Amino acid sequence: MRKVAIVGAGLTKFVRRALETPKELSFEATKTALDSCGLSLDDIDCVAHGSAPDAFDGIHQKGEYLADGCGGWNKPTMRVYVGGATGVHAVVHGWHHVASGMFDLCLVVCEEKMSNAMPHAQGFFLTIFDAITERALHPNLLWIFALEMNRYMQRYGYTKEDMALAAVNNKRNGLLHPSSQFKDEITVEDVLNSETMAYPVSRLDVSPVSDGAAAVVLAAEPVARRLTDKPVWIEGVGWTLDTAYWATRDLYYPRYLDKAARMAYEMAGIREPDKQINIAEPYDPFDYKALHHMEGLQLSPRGKTVELLRDGHFARDGNLPMCPSGGLLGVGNPIAAAGTMKICELFWQLRGEAGERQVPGDPRLGVAQAWGDLMQVSSVVVTGI
Amino acid sequence: MNKRVAIVGIGCSGFRTTSTDLSYREMIFEAATKCYEDAGGIHPQSIDSFVASSEDFMEGISIADEYVPDQLGAVLKPVQSIAGDSLQGIASALMQIQTGQQSIVAASAFSKVSNLSHYEKVAAYATDPAYVRPLKEHPYFIAGLEMNRYLHESCSTREQCARVVIKNKYNALSNPRAVYGSKITTEDVTCAEPVCFPLGQFDISGHLDGAIVILLASEEKAMEMTDRPIWIKGIGWATDTPNLDSRKDGLGSALYAKLAGESAYKMAGIKSPVNEINFAEVDDTFSYKELQHLEALNLCGFGEAGKLLEMGCFEPGGELPVNVSGGSLGIGYLHEANGLQKVMETALQLRGEAGKSQLSGVETGLAFAWRGIPTATGTAVVLSNRL
Amino acid sequence: MSEKLKVSGGTALSEEDIRSGKIFVTEDSLDTAYAWDTGVAVKRYLSELKQGRIIATECRKCNRIMLPPRLFCELCFIPCNEWRYVKDTGTINTFSICHVHWDASRIKEGEKPHLPAVIEIDGASEGMGIMHILGEVEPDQIEIGMKVQAVWKPESERTGSITDIKYFKPL
Repeated sequence: MRKVAIVGAGLTKFVRRALETPKELSFEATKTALDSCGLSLDDIDCVAHGSAPDAFDGIHQKGEYLADGCGGWNKPTMRVYVGGATGVHAVVHGWHHVASGMFDLCLVVCEEKMSNAMPHAQGFFLTIFDAITERALHPNLLWIFALEMNRYMQRYGYTKEDMALAAVNNKRNGLLHPSSQFKDEITVEDVLNSETMAYPVSRLDVSPVSDGAAAVVLAAEPVARRLTDKPVWIEGVGWTLDTAYWATRDLYYPRYLDKAARMAYEMAGIREPDKQINIAEPYDPFDYKALHHMEGLQLSPRGKTVELLRDGHFARDGNLPMCPSGGLLGVGNPIAAAGTMKICELFWQLRGEAGERQVPGDPRLGVAQAWGDLMQVSSVVVTGI
Repeated sequence: MNKRVAIVGIGCSGFRTTSTDLSYREMIFEAATKCYEDAGGIHPQSIDSFVASSEDFMEGISIADEYVPDQLGAVLKPVQSIAGDSLQGIASALMQIQTGQQSIVAASAFSKVSNLSHYEKVAAYATDPAYVRPLKEHPYFIAGLEMNRYLHESCSTREQCARVVIKNKYNALSNPRAVYGSKITTEDVTCAEPVCFPLGQFDISGHLDGAIVILLASEEKAMEMTDRPIWIKGIGWATDTPNLDSRKDGLGSALYAKLAGESAYKMAGIKSPVNEINFAEVDDTFSYKELQHLEALNLCGFGEAGKLLEMGCFEPGGELPVNVSGGSLGIGYLHEANGLQKVMETALQLRGEAGKSQLSGVETGLAFAWRGIPTATGTAVVLSNRL
Repeated sequence: MSEKLKVSGGTALSEEDIRSGKIFVTEDSLDTAYAWDTGVAVKRYLSELKQGRIIATECRKCNRIMLPPRLFCELCFIPCNEWRYVKDTGTINTFSICHVHWDASRIKEGEKPHLPAVIEIDGASEGMGIMHILGEVEPDQIEIGMKVQAVWKPESERTGSITDIKYFKPL
């Protein structure tokens, strides 16, 4: 199997409402990623990009509209779209381009501008529900998170305080991220006292709506070695989509993530992920999700995650740092770009370039994961140096 | 040399202007069942990965990829959606097999355009919201602009574009899957109700509902699964700029087709497409597109497509039969499934399963799909029944 | 701060920037309508709902009784043609108490929160749930595992929609 490495990465700031158009946001991230490894657009063979619902921008075939901002001009350009998992999946998609042998240098770009959608991006999530059997109930994006969080908490006897710890952890980490939308730490009390949106979800359990873009450059081995002395290898990729009949699954465990993670670990030759993985970037649009996903990623035994969290196991200087970037809760959540931001984080962390966020102890293997759709899909990428 | 990949199964459902009796799930289930049976009766749980091609606004569902797995038998399998034409979906499936992680991958797409109250409104939403949409023009104006400029630059004529319509609709009469086949004259086309000058009603392919599923496999698996694998010798795709006013070679050109074709030919080792491609299924969403694409794909010289068409070169009995299936003008336009439809017709020809439309002695065919207005994106695939 | 990490772009705007006209904004509203074909299975589901009944399909191979009904079993990948009526009672698998409308606006003073839930329907296979809403129950009384019963609209008001069931209430 052809080896592929990440050789460059770039991000915009994540903000609630950006001045830049979607194309401009894509351009900023793309340009930064190219500059970071000394490449120009002419060097790039192809573009793999991702962006979540077209409805946010009110632009049909949004991928075409974004193409030039992503560097996809007179080049093979292809958009992948798996809801919230798009951010990590675009890297899998980019990996296909290079690992197949068809291309040597692939630019992976993910962008989201949620502020365009009026009055609020959340409204468009109405249209993710089944048009005939669900939409008439006027469901709400928050419903599915709340339903899942409630089931998860009830299954293990977790409390809202337990879940809030993940929000506190991630937001604290995120303050050190230069892209972060946030300036202040929060406490468990802040989370518990915040407005109840849809029990058990409170306002501070949720990551914000954001605008932003992120990009990475993928290179085939010989090219990677020429471009940098610290290529970050894509060791494993996995992805899985569960049934659309989401109400027929028990929501307490993300079995689709279990499969995706095992697929990635198998490719990477990892047998004991909880011992071998040094950094975890699980997808955390809500605090409970980070924990839910740590279990699905086989990084924490089911029902024991809160205990480990309280013990400091997942702190930056713990055994298995979780979301040293700050995650979506700590940096921001421009949907597709957020997943790619996690990949960028692994890139910098494994190279020892994460500055104040640096995980100590010379980490060698990291895993990034994103999730989406009707709680059905996950993409997993294992990186190593 | 990259791993060789073949088409081992083909299935389709529908192809009618409305399909009120079946939901999209039921249509895809039918197409998938036929495809898997065609591939030797494989159970979908033995398929490694699935790629669907779709666009939210065409379905009226955000994050349409959520609804993909069940009807393909892909629950808890690797499934991804490409927001693009289904030929790009084929490219993704092919690349997955070439990585070595997957051996058997299904590509699917469908059209339920009949469920849209106003397709043209959705098409208008693909135009730039700041620069183009405020003009509030029917989106086909873009095709009108392109056609006018193409005719001006290439010296192809309006009548030659009409000839494309006549040829393809007549060819469609022999294709049981075609819905818009008919026997018409030049006057029918040139005197038809004008839409966006110089486009008239007949220059535009009609809408169609349908679902297609195609199964790809690595060489090793393909040899086990079927005795008529159709090899994907080359594939290429490209996007020119989305901005209507900054296309490198102007609105009359199809640079995306040229680039896509070049990549596909290079991968297939084709040096002289005109001599090495035996027949082609080339995007004819609008009449002028067939001529424009043939030139861009280097299947004839610039400005020659119209003349060669008049000389009968692209007829079923000619030197390079084009759209023997009837193309989109004769079969109908399947929107996101357009690319898979081109591949399907090409593959069936190469298998000797094209019925009344069968050409004799063909070995290598080209399928080319364009994403439709307002895009400048296309994908070319070279297929062969020889390894 | 990492010397290698560079972040560029993402200039923050405030609501005031937009309201005061400092920023040029172009607006458009989408106007699309869709008429989705229900197909055979969902058509039957809806017409049975209109008659005050919930119908499912059974897979002859794995014997799952599936809701909403489908013409094929997605796991065995074979057609299903055996229709089974199931009860209109069930068990709450999970629920929420929602103070926010679908468009992110908050519920008003005096307005009751919405009570979405996943309800495992009796008679269908274990775990076979549908999403619906709860009613005639105080939010703090709801528990996972509670037994509930559908409350139907009067026959004359039913249209063949999931909302022909107004809500589920505790048994």
